[in-house]
Amino acid sequence: METYELLQCYWWLIISVLASALVFLLFVQGGQSFMLQAGDEHRDLITASLGKKWELTFTTLVTFGGAFFASFPLFYSTSFGGAYWLWMMILFSFVSQAVSYEYRTKSGNVYGTRFYDVLLLINGMAGPLLLGVAVAGMFFGAEFRVEHSHLLDPGNPVISSWGPLHGLEAFLCYKNVLFGVMILLLARTLGLLYLINDNDNEEFVAWARRRLWWNAPAFVVVFLVVAALLLTSEGVADVDGTLTRVPHLYLDNLLAHWWVAILLVAGVVAVLVGIAGALLRGSRRGIWAAGGGTIAVVLALFSLLGYGGTAYYPSTLDVASSLTLTNSSSSRFTLTVMSWVSLLVPFVIAYIAYCWRALDRK
Amino acid sequence: MITMVDWARAQFALTAIYHWLFVPLTLGLGVIIAIMETIYYRTRDERWLATTKFWMTLFGVNFAIGVATGIILEFEFGTNWSNYSWFVGDIFGAPLAVEGILAFFMESTFIAVMFFGWKKVSPRFHLLSTWLTALGASLSALWILVANAWMQYPTGCEFNAATMRNEMTDFWAVALSPMAVTKVLHTVTSAWALGAAFVIGVSAWLLLKGRNVEHAWRSIKVGAWFGLVGIIVTSITGDTSAVTVTKYQPMKLAAMEGLYRGSTGQSIVAFGIMNPDKEVDNDEDPFLFDISLPYGLSLLAHHDPNAFVAGINDIIDGRSIDSNGDTVNNVSYAERIERGKAVRAMIARHNEATQAGDSALVDSLSRAINADFKYFGYGYLDKPEDAVPNVPLTFYTFHIMVTIGGYLVLFMALWVLLTWKPRLLSERGPLLKRLWYLLAIITVPLTYICSAAGWIVAEVGRQPWTIQDLMPNHVAVSDLSASYVQTTFWIFAVVFTALLIADVGIIMSQISRKSLTDLEKSND
Repeated sequence: METYELLQCYWWLIISVLASALVFLLFVQGGQSFMLQAGDEHRDLITASLGKKWELTFTTLVTFGGAFFASFPLFYSTSFGGAYWLWMMILFSFVSQAVSYEYRTKSGNVYGTRFYDVLLLINGMAGPLLLGVAVAGMFFGAEFRVEHSHLLDPGNPVISSWGPLHGLEAFLCYKNVLFGVMILLLARTLGLLYLINDNDNEEFVAWARRRLWWNAPAFVVVFLVVAALLLTSEGVADVDGTLTRVPHLYLDNLLAHWWVAILLVAGVVAVLVGIAGALLRGSRRGIWAAGGGTIAVVLALFSLLGYGGTAYYPSTLDVASSLTLTNSSSSRFTLTVMSWVSLLVPFVIAYIAYCWRALDRK
Repeated sequence: MITMVDWARAQFALTAIYHWLFVPLTLGLGVIIAIMETIYYRTRDERWLATTKFWMTLFGVNFAIGVATGIILEFEFGTNWSNYSWFVGDIFGAPLAVEGILAFFMESTFIAVMFFGWKKVSPRFHLLSTWLTALGASLSALWILVANAWMQYPTGCEFNAATMRNEMTDFWAVALSPMAVTKVLHTVTSAWALGAAFVIGVSAWLLLKGRNVEHAWRSIKVGAWFGLVGIIVTSITGDTSAVTVTKYQPMKLAAMEGLYRGSTGQSIVAFGIMNPDKEVDNDEDPFLFDISLPYGLSLLAHHDPNAFVAGINDIIDGRSIDSNGDTVNNVSYAERIERGKAVRAMIARHNEATQAGDSALVDSLSRAINADFKYFGYGYLDKPEDAVPNVPLTFYTFHIMVTIGGYLVLFMALWVLLTWKPRLLSERGPLLKRLWYLLAIITVPLTYICSAAGWIVAEVGRQPWTIQDLMPNHVAVSDLSASYVQTTFWIFAVVFTALLIADVGIIMSQISRKSLTDLEKSND
């Protein structure tokens, strides 16, 4: 494998790690999605627990965006500029979250505590759902065309063009919506598992467990449906130098890479173990198995999506415009420079883990 | 008619200005809090702990809204400026990624320890967390300012006709360009001055009300010294910045001074009212009224009273001379436009030759493209006048910034003097004291105006370029209709204004409530 190709694969791995961390950390949004169902006392417990962690989710989202921009700028350019409304809705939902924890109980907050609780609820529901719909486009395709030479046309210098609905069309595809619902239910499940782990209030923990009985099975059912849809879906891959539609591409990729299959199965089992432990054995540590499993599953899915010449962003309008690691990445020099910087990531993870443990100390 | 480009610019300006209302306070107050906690750690004096916690509360309120506006800025590069994102993403994206990996995580991790860790970690680790939060914020500013500086002075890169984008060739040339170094130092230290002005202003309000006087003077002691250092370094780097701008963005310098025809020994306008009828192509006097200082602009721009400073018309005509008296660029804007168009045609031919497998032609075209690529952006302009920024706005904001900045040097120096010799104030009558405190309170919004004006100079002064000389705004935007961006502009305007109202409400309420408690001891 060429060094440049290796670097592209390495940066896809980093994007995958950030994506998997982000999906796990969406437990914050999942917990927030119960803000209205909870009474006043429970609401305070929820925000006290999640208030220590929301910034980590937020920062991971921002870093995910920054890393995608730096390593695969054509995706950043095409998806963000094209699916305008979808990304704008995601941004608005996260803006509302950023201030709510700090402002909700402060005097002088003008709009009252309930207002900020509603903002947290909106972020809790819309954030995972919309992110799921956006990511689903990476599997099921999106309406765009890419033509670099258009930059030379002073009358219409547009590199990436999109369908007329600019992101809203994503909601018209039931597969995208189901994917979004799956992420939302996963976030809610993880959120409940985190709250169970982080709280000593037995009455609150029992309340969370009751909700887990509904959300976790619903997640498992939707996950199975989405997995079936995904593995039978058509994808786009580089076949002999030409981007071509390939039937059940993701299933083929899974069967061709045993290590991805193991990662996927192990992840699913870990999620199920975490959920079952919390529901059937009264365990409080379900978040760790389910969280670790979530990370493994997302890593496996992103591996199916990006490696082996698979287009990680298929175009439904023009197959040749589909984005692959090769045609959308930064230059070899830039990827090399950033790879040196990425060597600091283990150090970053280490201090995050240390501070997490320190703050969770009873 | 307001075009999509206008709305995209307006939206970015709106987000950036709102973001910059909160970021400098985070940068300045972060370090001030860390200094205060250090004093507490060394002395174990509970009063310093109480003072640290007072300012930390205000820091937290301000930090949250800075985060909220920041995420929009990052993603707007993709949503509204997608051509730009591809054209220079190879260079611009890297600082953003480094910012995320090195700075954001540091900031967001240790701020949690700072607020929630008082009883969970050792005092030493808590102090370290406070410093790391301030450092994370500064590192974050550093990388985004490096990225901004690169847009003002694109360096360390090469155009790749095959990929139709600029690609980084020298990371250190990007990170340590003269524009980047100056911009980082100037901006971060100006934020220190703003943080200090905020601390002094709030403390002056306490003195005015006669509440927690000891706490107020403790705060002023730290704030005044820190602010004086900040504003002095800001002034020095402001001077360096003028030299850098003269060299790399002479049109911006000319607009900052409303200078249409330059000369050797060029005077500087200390105060002036611009003539609204003045255009590039008429002979109207640029000023209705002005007070100028002889040789001032030559000194500022070149550190040489006799140096030539080019005006807007000189630059358009290709008359530009550097501090050594050498011609920097004798290519007129009309010629730049033609050469920019020629480069575009060569790129198209290059790609045809690549497809045809004519490597000899590809090589010769590559050389020709690289030689003239610095004019690429001009090829999208219709006429030379299109490359002139809004002169009155640049002129007035520059003079507002300099005037308030000069005032701040004096203001900080006087407060330092008062912390050293308090008798100078205590022996004065109540009216004078009251006026002095009121002045300190008024200085807080003045400092914000100064800070925002600086950004307007930097960004309006470089128009019409998204990337200096390489990409004008209308080529950088996404393929969106004006109504879409207009809609999100108004949504942003409403949301940010609502959040600002809440932010100000909370900060004022916190100051008011806490001023009635005993700030000589820590409450928990």
